[in-house]
Amino acid sequence: MRELTQRQLRASRPATIGGVRGIVGAAGYIPFRRLSRSEIATVFSAGGGKGTRAVSGHDEDTTTMGVEAARLALRSCGGATPSALWFATTSPAYLDKTNATAVHRALRLPGDVPAYDFGGALRSGIGALSASLGSSGTVLVVAADQRDGLPTSADESAGGDGAAALVVGDGRGEGPLLAEHLGGASATDEFVDRWRVPGERRDRLWEERFGETRYLELGLDVWGRACEGAGVAPESVSKVVVTGMHSRAVAALAKKLGIAEGALADDRSRDVGQTGCAHPMVVLASVLEDEAQGQRRGEVPAGRVVALIHLADGADALIFRTTSELARWQPTRSVNDQVAWGAPVPYGKFLSWRGMLTLEPPRRPEPPRVSSTAAWRSEEWKYGFVGARDRSSGAVHLPPSRVSMKGGAFDDMEPVPMADSEGTIVTFTVDHMAYSPSPPIVFAVVDFVGGGRFPVELTDVDAGTLAVGDRVEMTFRRLFTADGIHDYFWKARPVRNGPPLAEGSNQ
Amino acid sequence: MTSHGIRDRVAIVGMGCTSFGERWDKGFDDLVVEAARDTFTSAGITKDDVDAYWIGTAQGGMSGITLARPLQLQGKPVTRVENYCTTGSEALRAAAYAVASGAYDVAMAVGAEKVKDSGYQGLNAAPPPNDGTARTLTAAAMFSMVAPAYAAKYGVDDDQMADVLATISAKNHHNGARNPRAQFRREVSKETILASPRVAGGLGVFDCAGVADGAAAAIVVRAEDAHRYTDRPLYIKALSFAAGSGSGLIDPDYDYTHFPECETTATDAYLQAGITDPRRQLAFAEVHDCFTPTELVLMEDLGFSARGEAWKDVLAGTFALDGELPVNPDGGLKSFGHPVGASGLRMFFECWLQLRGEAPPERQLRSDRTLALTHNLGGYPGEMVSFVSVVGTEPG
Repeated sequence: MRELTQRQLRASRPATIGGVRGIVGAAGYIPFRRLSRSEIATVFSAGGGKGTRAVSGHDEDTTTMGVEAARLALRSCGGATPSALWFATTSPAYLDKTNATAVHRALRLPGDVPAYDFGGALRSGIGALSASLGSSGTVLVVAADQRDGLPTSADESAGGDGAAALVVGDGRGEGPLLAEHLGGASATDEFVDRWRVPGERRDRLWEERFGETRYLELGLDVWGRACEGAGVAPESVSKVVVTGMHSRAVAALAKKLGIAEGALADDRSRDVGQTGCAHPMVVLASVLEDEAQGQRRGEVPAGRVVALIHLADGADALIFRTTSELARWQPTRSVNDQVAWGAPVPYGKFLSWRGMLTLEPPRRPEPPRVSSTAAWRSEEWKYGFVGARDRSSGAVHLPPSRVSMKGGAFDDMEPVPMADSEGTIVTFTVDHMAYSPSPPIVFAVVDFVGGGRFPVELTDVDAGTLAVGDRVEMTFRRLFTADGIHDYFWKARPVRNGPPLAEGSNQ
Repeated sequence: MTSHGIRDRVAIVGMGCTSFGERWDKGFDDLVVEAARDTFTSAGITKDDVDAYWIGTAQGGMSGITLARPLQLQGKPVTRVENYCTTGSEALRAAAYAVASGAYDVAMAVGAEKVKDSGYQGLNAAPPPNDGTARTLTAAAMFSMVAPAYAAKYGVDDDQMADVLATISAKNHHNGARNPRAQFRREVSKETILASPRVAGGLGVFDCAGVADGAAAAIVVRAEDAHRYTDRPLYIKALSFAAGSGSGLIDPDYDYTHFPECETTATDAYLQAGITDPRRQLAFAEVHDCFTPTELVLMEDLGFSARGEAWKDVLAGTFALDGELPVNPDGGLKSFGHPVGASGLRMFFECWLQLRGEAPPERQLRSDRTLALTHNLGGYPGEMVSFVSVVGTEPG
């Protein structure tokens, strides 16, 4: 029976009716903090390992990381407006309530753009990406995960937090194709290798060898069919991304793909960690950034084949071919740069942020839950960080006001989106007494380039390094949670200096 | 804007004030009864002689029943007022205007707060249901941004600035040590102040007002009736109030080195009272020293010092108990303590004692001047309400 099933398996080819689809924008989002894995063993004399894992801030969840990745991806293709938003995560901020809607509002997408969650499984990210390649229109595929494990577990060390977003389309509407989808293959199998029942914080694992055996077979199967269907020889593939939570299976498969030396992409396990259902897209985005840089430097030609294999409850392979447009593509902020700009978080703070350790809370009243009705009324402000500019005086009002502070005009304001504006710190302070899930609060008065002032909490910052005049940018965050309602709003974070975001520019 | 004021038309003829502090054994009603009884006694009247009442409390209760119940006032017009930390001053302003209008002969203002029942340090106001986008900083953090801004604008170095703020705190502790009603009745050295743990920004514990329970009250009548109640009434020379629009928070022109609402109310009050040179005309001033940088900046906003000069005047002792213009001779919010709704009336109480020569001898001012100022604010830099009054012993 199984053999019969296997014979019926086929490789998928891109639909020809709608033309070739592919990737028109991409970005990974790597949160600011890094846990040095060696710190784990110094506390518990067990666990840990080499390298670092990415750690989301206490004010980040999969929704906010998804917003950050999507902002970067959309900016990379000139602020495209997708026709659909699909959001995948295994660690959703809400169940039953859609999380993609908050991403949708933070991106200020039109109301007729549908937003859906692909929830629960580590396979949901690659599934959303595969579906978008067989869909129509321009689809913004967003995946985000926070990976947990009990202290000293392999999952705690190997996991990472992060997000990625890919803009998938046909290259006609929302920017040119950076990489064409040549085809792919999928294999689905039901076996219990890694599982978590709802409400639990950690995965449980079956004996490792079983999963390794299954994934190796499934991976080779999809790889063979995908290459055949796309008409490419494995040894001619320039970059192959292999991801999956089963690290032994990933390593074993990579050795048997028959690919050229040096073709295997760095899967970022040493510096970022496995970001769950977001991971294949995080690494693919990074590979595309490398290819773009390579083309600009004249080191690699256009037309190189890039493949992605993800192992989760089966296997999926996707094959792309880079275009010459990639040389002109300007990634907003590369994965490499974000990895380089990270800063350490102590292991104890990591454990408290993850709820593994409960610290003494500040002796201040906890904030009441956000009013759902009030939040809905100020949707543009709260989720989109859209202020108002008085048409007569030009004064920017944050939050929006119906009456101008200068000149007193009534109802003569135009909306002014501020989320992508940078600002300068006028003055700042550190509040040791105010309520925060992770005190103290660092707070600054920020003047925005182009007008407008807003006193705002800072994040991803060490107060000792701050100075008046520092540049900041806005980031979408979760301020607190009360009665199960998450309070999403914007904070400011320092604009990181570092290597140039990318060389060359189409501007 | 027109602001005629009610100069010399209304007089305070009786006052009372509880001790401020952690009054664990007294509830809100106890504090109100204590202050009210002392005030009735001071004016030589009973509760039935009062025609109308105003109760100022930020969080002590809602409606006039908050006062009518503990005093068992039957069928009287009783109104609760709230205006941040100027709540007590606002109760008096309402009572004074009611008498000036001719609507009532005798009115009473009571301010009270039972802060220490919350179980938390500092002040905590429960916000109305909201969209979750408003900042949640403490007042200390908001005011902490004033000191570095002031220092940068006027070229005061870090050590000088720390010394200036410590001088203000030490001065108010010195005065509070001479006030039996004060929450903190001991002197504190500048060394101790400078070494105290940080609360927010550069502000330490000793830069912050005491948080206290307490109540204070006043009875006002028409000026021409005042001598029926006392030989030494306090005439109301000026009452000025302004609510800021909050635009300072979002206006790039605001620089955190002054409080426009306070300048506005000071100018208005001086016009009402006919004051042209406050530093030389006032016997003393009670100001809202919620944090030490606040008192520093107020010296300029109230016209006691030129812009950029207050820090030098502070170091020169201008505002000390024996200085040219004593500020907060009762210890101020810093050491008297700050029961929100009571503080504005507590400032008038110091005027009542000092100008009538009834302050304890160790802090009684010897001055030929007959005018005193109270300044009371609420909110934060950029988003503030401000109140300024002038009272005096001589009509006309």
